[in-house]
Amino acid sequence: MITLTHYLVVSAILFTLGVLGIFMNRKNLIVILMAIELILLSVNLNLVAFSNALGDLVGQVFAMFVLTVAAGEAAIGLAILVIYFRGRGTISVEDVNRMKG
Amino acid sequence: MIQLLAFYLFAFVVCASGAMTILSRNPVHSVLWLILAFFNAAGLMVLANAEFIAMLLVIVYVGAVAVLFLFVVMMLNIDFAELRAGVMRYAAVGASRAGARQVGRRVAPGDAKVPHSGAIGQLLDSRYLFVFEGAGLVLLVAMIGAIVLTLRPRTDVKPQKISRQVQRRAKDATRNVNHPVGQGVEL
Repeated sequence: MITLTHYLVVSAILFTLGVLGIFMNRKNLIVILMAIELILLSVNLNLVAFSNALGDLVGQVFAMFVLTVAAGEAAIGLAILVIYFRGRGTISVEDVNRMKG
Repeated sequence: MIQLLAFYLFAFVVCASGAMTILSRNPVHSVLWLILAFFNAAGLMVLANAEFIAMLLVIVYVGAVAVLFLFVVMMLNIDFAELRAGVMRYAAVGASRAGARQVGRRVAPGDAKVPHSGAIGQLLDSRYLFVFEGAGLVLLVAMIGAIVLTLRPRTDVKPQKISRQVQRRAKDATRNVNHPVGQGVEL
């Protein structure tokens, strides 16, 4: 029998992997965006699991909105990445701190 | 029992491919692992009776967002010699993806008393109508923002200017001359 705890554990593992991907990454900016997608995926998994456990569809509706925002965020983030690469020629994480000013 | 087995399979593959996403050296491999993670998360959502969200995840993420990632990764500079080395790994990813989809189809709950997508649609159309419209607005703003950010005026090309072509009239472009015979034509 699949319980709520199963889903919560999987989602917590995915969330931790996403946060680790943001913090441990020193090379590639695009992998950070993918780690954010992993985090949002774990949030969606949480919402769907609670929606199933409570018998309430609102969780799935909210998961849909999270999906919408994630799609918009990916589009904007990749657009910023493209213009950043066009101006600088690299997407290394160390160089991004020159963006200020 | 088979549901629990499928859950453990999906959960293991989700966690493993999530780890491979952040550990891969090559960003193209990262995107492919991310796609595998999304497919298996969709399987987990099917097991949680959320078929609509699972379909949305496959269509939106694998169909749009992951392809966008792949496009951007390949547009930026990637070591393509390293890319060509691992054809067999792609084959493994594809095979496991196909297997995961088969398992997901077999263990999907058969007794659909309440049509889930219909219930979600009713909820979206009544209680969350304005929030739904707001989500559409978010997507519109994201689309316009992405276009505005990446659009640049090119100076090294000569594009077709359709308005100038349409504005051009015959009396501006031609002239009638009554020239004497035998003196040549001045252009």
